[in-house]
Amino acid sequence: MTAPQIPLKKRVQAVALWLTTFVLMVIMCVPGLWVVLSAFRPNREILAKPPVWIPTELTLSNFGKIFGIGSEQVAIPVTSYFVNSMVIALTSTVIALIIGMAGGYAFARYRFRFKGGVFLGLMLFRAVPGIALSLPIFMMWSRLGLIDTKMGLIIIYVSLNVPFTIWLIDGFFRQIPMSLSEAAQVDGCTRWQAFWKIEFPLARSGIAAAGVFAFLTSWNEFALASQLTRSTDSKTLPVGLMDFTAQFTIDWAGMCAMAVIIIVPALIMTFLVQKHLIAGLTFGGVKG
Amino acid sequence: MAGITLSGVEKHYGAQRVVHGINLDIAHQEFVVLVGPSGCGKSTTLRMIAGLEEITGGEVRIGQTVVNDLPPRKRNISMVFQNYALYPHMDVRENLGFGLRIAGQPSAVVAERVAEAAAILGLTDLLDRTPAELSGGQRQRVAMGRAIVRHPDAFLFDEPLSNLDAKLRGQMRAEIKKLHQKVRTTIVYVTHDQVEAMTLADRIVVMKDGRIEQVGTPMEVFNNPVNTFVATFIGSPPMNLLPGTIRDSAVVLADNSAVPVPARLRGRAAEGQRVILGIRPDDISPAGHGLGTVAEATDLTLTVALAEPLGMESLIYTSVAGQEVQAKLYGPRIVQPGEVLPFRLALERAHLFDAETTRSLEV
Repeated sequence: MTAPQIPLKKRVQAVALWLTTFVLMVIMCVPGLWVVLSAFRPNREILAKPPVWIPTELTLSNFGKIFGIGSEQVAIPVTSYFVNSMVIALTSTVIALIIGMAGGYAFARYRFRFKGGVFLGLMLFRAVPGIALSLPIFMMWSRLGLIDTKMGLIIIYVSLNVPFTIWLIDGFFRQIPMSLSEAAQVDGCTRWQAFWKIEFPLARSGIAAAGVFAFLTSWNEFALASQLTRSTDSKTLPVGLMDFTAQFTIDWAGMCAMAVIIIVPALIMTFLVQKHLIAGLTFGGVKG
Repeated sequence: MAGITLSGVEKHYGAQRVVHGINLDIAHQEFVVLVGPSGCGKSTTLRMIAGLEEITGGEVRIGQTVVNDLPPRKRNISMVFQNYALYPHMDVRENLGFGLRIAGQPSAVVAERVAEAAAILGLTDLLDRTPAELSGGQRQRVAMGRAIVRHPDAFLFDEPLSNLDAKLRGQMRAEIKKLHQKVRTTIVYVTHDQVEAMTLADRIVVMKDGRIEQVGTPMEVFNNPVNTFVATFIGSPPMNLLPGTIRDSAVVLADNSAVPVPARLRGRAAEGQRVILGIRPDDISPAGHGLGTVAEATDLTLTVALAEPLGMESLIYTSVAGQEVQAKLYGPRIVQPGEVLPFRLALERAHLFDAETTRSLEV
């Protein structure tokens, strides 16, 4: 038996790489794991000192409580928050996608004056942290009566997301050779038909990815929403999370259960991105 | 049933003119090749015929219809693109039938026409594959199939073979020629490769800097180039050009050696006129190793600088009057660098151009 001789240095490097990866993964994953675990544990186990690492008792009662099912109830309208979040995130995503598709296509396909400047402007706008604009937005929104409305948040999320969706979708349209649309037009399509039958299906994965990113941005946004929402009319889930902190107590179990509810759609979306980002679809249509 | 007529067709991009008033009549069923170096406006001209590029000035007719303001879909043409432009998300069958489906043809008709085109191009076994699963030559054939299914008035080819390797290019060239013989549709074909132009065309249109230099059958363009550009662009290796001055019915070259003016060109050039003598490599050969018998020739003794044996023939680099000249040796004979050989220059096929205008003195 002669095992292949791997030099010691290489083996040490490999082990070091493994260890580093492991430590980093632990740092990244443990808080998330802790949140998920806590969502399924009774409060006394969460608060136990020393901490109970391996749960001895798992329960769904935390979820029951926040949704008002069962005997114990928490006076937090999680269902409203969930509906608000969904309505705001979906609406703003759809609008951002429509604008992003139109804009991305225009930047990828047409020449027009100040194109470079406009594009740079969009990117710079993206560089401004939303919270920096919170005061002016608050003042404008209060004059316009948009405080504590879903519409108010939708407008903000659309404007936050549009530069990004335009940028991402522009990149995908750029990858599709012009000659495909031209071939379709010679084959009898109008420009509009050529877009929907050829270019749109090919950019679909990019558009889906842009949509998922836009959805996640709106879904997770906290800073602006916390300032512009007041009540169940418009409060979103991340803002609602704060309801669990009272003056003297924090309902960790309820908070963690709600965090899981926020995380699940985000996770589903992330899996969708992963699936759709396998682009490579245009390979083979052109050249050799 | 349609020819294509271009009258005074121009294309400007802002202040930049890329096509300067092209006039060209393409007959029904004719195979016309636009050839020229890159940037000569040949692709732009083709795209103007297709409707993919706006026409700045002049008029394009397909059949009797002025198509200047018609979108591509209303011109009843089809086009094969340099990168094939197959729809990657459709299989071969869908690619072929796309145009017919868009036109709203019943699916039975689509299936029948797709089958017919697939049979012509040998694609029947590939109908269920996607473009990504095809080789370069197969993609090329699908692109051609997509062009023929719709039975258009004309096919436009935009450098369709430039992405293929040399061997496949030769095969596909032959297939395109066969296709034309089968379907007899008007073809406008753009290429920068003069071999493709020579082999495929009924008529060649040589272009340069957005202008037509010469239009003619391949043999006309080869035998009677109107200027030095056409002379060197068509034919491979290119024609040798030797500057000189006319003295006593001879072209006196830079080193004062004299080559007689070919008999058919006597009187075309004035005494003392500065000219360029053009001679193809095939027409300068070591004595006894030339192209058949030559009625009118002159002899030169030249030193071989380099020889490239090609089997039955060799390409010889030598120099005349201090200028590099390529010559051909026919026959399986090895030539060594430094060898001094008697060469025969076939004057009856030599050309004279004016040195100022570069135009042929024959026309």
